[in-house]
Amino acid sequence: MLTFQCPYCGVQADETELHAGGEAHLTRHGPGSSDKDFEAYLFMRQNPKGVHFERWRHVNGCGKWFHAARCTMTLEVFGAYPAQTTEPPKRILDVITSKRPGWTWRELS
Amino acid sequence: MLLNGLAGFEPMKRYSAFAIAREALSGHKNWERAWRNAQPKRRYDVVIVGAGGHGLATAYYLGKNFGITNVAVIEKGWLGGGNTGRNTTIIRSNYLQDPSAAIYEKARALYETLSQDLNYNVMFSPRGVMMLAQTEHEVRGYQRTAHANALQGVETRFITPREVKEIVPIINLDGPRYPVLGALWQERAGTARHDAVAWGYARACSAMGMDIIQKCEVIGVRQEGGRVTGVQTTKGDIACEKLGIVVAGHSGDLAAMAGFRLPLESVPLQALVSEPIKPIMDCVVMANTVHGYMSQSDKGEMVIGGGTDGYNAYTQRGSFHHIEETVRALIETFPMVSRLKMLRQWGGIVDVTGDRSPILSKTPLEGCFINAGWGTGGFKAIPGSGWGFAELMARGHSPLCEEFSMWRFGEGKFIDESLAAGVAH
Ligand SMILES: Cc1cc2nc3c(=O)[nH]c(=O)nc-3n(C[C@H](O)[C@H](O)[C@H](O)COP(=O)(O)OP(=O)(O)OC[C@H]3O[C@@H](n4cnc5c(N)ncnc54)[C@H](O)[C@@H]3O)c2cc1C
Ligand SMILES: [Zn+2]
Repeated sequence: MLTFQCPYCGVQADETELHAGGEAHLTRHGPGSSDKDFEAYLFMRQNPKGVHFERWRHVNGCGKWFHAARCTMTLEVFGAYPAQTTEPPKRILDVITSKRPGWTWRELS
Repeated sequence: MLLNGLAGFEPMKRYSAFAIAREALSGHKNWERAWRNAQPKRRYDVVIVGAGGHGLATAYYLGKNFGITNVAVIEKGWLGGGNTGRNTTIIRSNYLQDPSAAIYEKARALYETLSQDLNYNVMFSPRGVMMLAQTEHEVRGYQRTAHANALQGVETRFITPREVKEIVPIINLDGPRYPVLGALWQERAGTARHDAVAWGYARACSAMGMDIIQKCEVIGVRQEGGRVTGVQTTKGDIACEKLGIVVAGHSGDLAAMAGFRLPLESVPLQALVSEPIKPIMDCVVMANTVHGYMSQSDKGEMVIGGGTDGYNAYTQRGSFHHIEETVRALIETFPMVSRLKMLRQWGGIVDVTGDRSPILSKTPLEGCFINAGWGTGGFKAIPGSGWGFAELMARGHSPLCEEFSMWRFGEGKFIDESLAAGVAH
């Protein structure tokens, strides 16, 4: 069973305590953006085989949204971090690089 | 007799009652192989990636309807080992939107005569599919669907709780949490044998001289000047005029190889079966509010499925608490389920789009076509999808596929089936 340590309350929460919120670090394109950007924001997801960054909510716990890095092929968790950021912290990136040398994801904006 | 793998091929012997008697004389030891285990040639007119139901059906109708038989179907595992061999085999066409009704009803109609057409028993069983309405919202939703189906020429009916109980005596109508308020009933819907659908198409393709190449993974797509020229595989390069990508949960991966992106995400979907018991339910019942559905297989097992996992994964496994929720939900409506022992559980990776409808489309890469996004409900569509997609690949356009373009999301032309496809099936 998938478990994450909630970066806010410190609880080691399993997935029955959590709500999956989809891909993290999206730029919210809205009115005034190009059609392509708007479509991409609404529908185009990375859907990677391998390293992925996601939003999760500790719904049956402290109730807060956080971010986590995970492998979609093995369900291995690389770590969780608070949501108040536009990119993953170095600590998480280092863990991923040590476990999945050469990994890639989309460019963060 | 020619050996497997030679360039020539002999027409398959037909299956029949006479053939069973004939083969009995030699103790059933001399049945010929159902399809040749081919090795790749250097080039084909058409290469299809993915030997699931949709890929094989596409190849079959390319040959049957358009005379295109220089075709290879390339499969990284074994044919039918993806979602086609993992699904719970519900076949129905009671969707809401016209383009969906057209392709799902085409498929359902083709299923009726598929065994004769393929000379392979796919065990289509039009036993009826019942979708329970357990909230007021669902009652209104399904009544609307019944009206839409009437206009589309798809025979469905909204039935009362009393009729529900007559058809399914083991059901508990009263709730307490989710009483049965009625149901959408499609009498000519049902189930079929999933493996047989894949095997039947494979055998017919092989008999037309097509190559089905198993244990061969596509690892790259070759292109030149914006046109597809072939694929790289674990068995070497294969050139082609046209390429059809039909890989369900792996569509994002293949699209990336071909240089474009698709509006879909891959998530696990699970099913489970119980120990075999005596016949208790002779139709399919779906309870979408509580996310569970059930039918009884010919062997007597109760076949149970639920909703998808909430996050991307490629593990073909799924999370345990999800099946627990599914079974817990079903127990209120079918109290006898609580006494059943469950035998097996498994998962498949389904590719889900934003409007819960598939993508049958040209792509930004010329000569490359995509058939994807069937998500939790594409088994029922296999013959119709193969029919339409073959036409799209052969002619460049197909009335059945018209609305299912990959560009519809950017254009806001959704085919919203979130109610019809609200639960996995
Ligand atoms: C548990 C479960 C229950 C379901 N229940 C129902 C139901 O009751 N009714 C219904 O209508 N639908 C149901 N579905 C959905 C249905 O199974 C699918 O929509 C349908 O089978 C998809 O068929 P396909 O041919 O597109 O994909 P698949 O059968 O998955 O075939 C795709 C093939 O592509 C191959 N492939 C992938 N990548 C590569 C590569 N790089 N190179 C070569 N080959 C590759 C795979 O190995 C696979 O064999 C269910 C699905 C699941 C998982
Ligand atoms: Zn918390």
